[in-house]
Amino acid sequence: MSAVRRFIGSPEGVIGALLLLVLAAIALLAPLLFPGDPLRIAGRPLLVPFADPAFPLGTDRLGRNVLAGLVHGARASLLVGIAAALVAVAIGAIIGTLAGFAGGLVDEALMRVVDAFQIVPGFLLALAFVSVAQPTLPVVIFAIALGAWTGPARLARAEVLSIRERDYVASARIIGMHPLEIALREVLPNAIPPVLALSAVIVAGAVLTEAALSFLGLGDPNIVTWGSMIAEGRSVLRSAPYLSIVPGLALVATVIGVYLFGEGLATMLARRDRA
Amino acid sequence: MNRALRLVGRRAISSIPVLLIVVVGTFFLLESASGDAVDAYLVSIGGGDAALVAQLRQSYGLDQSALSRLWLYLGSLLRFDLGWSVGFNRPIAGLILERLPNTLYLMGSATALSFVFGTLLGIVAGAKPGSLRDRVLSIGSLALYAVPSFWLGLVLSITFAVQLRWFPTSGIETIASGKEGLDRALDIARHLVLPVSALALIYLALFLRLMRAGMAEIWRLDFVRAARAKGLAPSRIVLRHVARNALLPVVTMLGLQAASMLGGSVVIESVFAIPGFGRLAQEAVGLRDAPLLMGIIVVSALLVICVNIVIDLIYVLLDPRVGASEVSS
Repeated sequence: MSAVRRFIGSPEGVIGALLLLVLAAIALLAPLLFPGDPLRIAGRPLLVPFADPAFPLGTDRLGRNVLAGLVHGARASLLVGIAAALVAVAIGAIIGTLAGFAGGLVDEALMRVVDAFQIVPGFLLALAFVSVAQPTLPVVIFAIALGAWTGPARLARAEVLSIRERDYVASARIIGMHPLEIALREVLPNAIPPVLALSAVIVAGAVLTEAALSFLGLGDPNIVTWGSMIAEGRSVLRSAPYLSIVPGLALVATVIGVYLFGEGLATMLARRDRA
Repeated sequence: MNRALRLVGRRAISSIPVLLIVVVGTFFLLESASGDAVDAYLVSIGGGDAALVAQLRQSYGLDQSALSRLWLYLGSLLRFDLGWSVGFNRPIAGLILERLPNTLYLMGSATALSFVFGTLLGIVAGAKPGSLRDRVLSIGSLALYAVPSFWLGLVLSITFAVQLRWFPTSGIETIASGKEGLDRALDIARHLVLPVSALALIYLALFLRLMRAGMAEIWRLDFVRAARAKGLAPSRIVLRHVARNALLPVVTMLGLQAASMLGGSVVIESVFAIPGFGRLAQEAVGLRDAPLLMGIIVVSALLVICVNIVIDLIYVLLDPRVGASEVSS
């Protein structure tokens, strides 16, 4: 309960949480708000915003409802952002814990792999991965996670190195727990909170990467995303710039919400440590 | 100087196994794709019979096993040979060398601008944490950092190229303008203003936030209180004591961001149709040209390694303690 109070104590966190709640509600209610495929043709093409009450944000080059696309796009952005961050944090936490706990050659080898992933631009890696596999949603999620797990891995390893010297780990060793069991059941859960604080940055990065991938036409073509809407609007950029501007604004609002929420989380954790 | 040289040598040697992991990993990733460059080529020429397919595969070495091709690839890498691009029908190394300068201009100027203005504004904000200007800059930078670079590029392009017509919308220079020397350089600079701004503004926000956060931490430390108690001028405390110490983590971040900036330039180059390294990556994906994509990833890893060695050297210059302990250990 006090964790909630600490979180409410930071105004940034509350604004971020509210923004994300609204977005999540929109994403969840999308099929009710705009039933049917948002990619279907709904009306006259290139209708400007605020002209027709049936299409408050107008229609695109093919006569698709922009507002419907926007609402459905929130699903893809949030889903990919959160799922990619979860995968990245999970991979990073496991590898970082193993490296920190095993030490020696295993640590050395795993950290060189982390280095290798860090010197390849994550976006190029995602590009290569999506081009090799088919551009479906799970592939995009995994491709983005591939470029994002090194941060959590380093952090988890550093945490483990400090945790493994503590008394409760020593006692677990003395009662004869298997090293793998100690790593996964005693060390990992305690190494996770600081890694979680980092996860807001990862979610934000994942949302932006997903948008960039689908902007380049490498997303799932059967799903409407904000990135693909911006790319769609590019061909009529001179006559109908709003088609590219509006989905971008939605992206900015989402990422700001994630950042603010993350700052709230960080303040909350900092206050817990100080208490 | 000797110390710096030894540091470079050590870093170069320790990056060899990492680079090897990159090469082998990328090779097997691209190997797992269904369809190769010959398939893509056949589609583009409208198909062919089995004999032609076999002959093409043989000429590109695609009929051999993956392991023996990996071995050959590693051997040719030692001779700086990146192989042959099927999609462009020319050597990959030459193709990359031709495209790389455009990306380096873009990245170099964006990095320099964002670092200089980001840290300066960070000092302005961090000089007085909690003040009005700190809040304005903090909120502004948070909002800016949330903007996707490609979208910012489009918005800048709509405003300054389409509406105001101040800058060209795309390309790296005016085609067939016959410009030489300084004129040509100015022409390229004019083409780069918008893409560089799109990339630099976002990293400016990052450096601003880092610098500000670092300074806010340092204000709490004892030596700052001591400097105050000594009666040093506030401007001297801000610049010589607080900002100077906060700069080191920002320099570290500069190295960590090198890879992400290279990735970001892929999208920016696509928005502004700049024939650079990043756009080449996108073209390689479109052409299903695995060796080209492989070469691009290897070269970008090399580039990031080089940037990080340079950053390490800067670090040694800024903080003599770092280099000393690094080399002796």
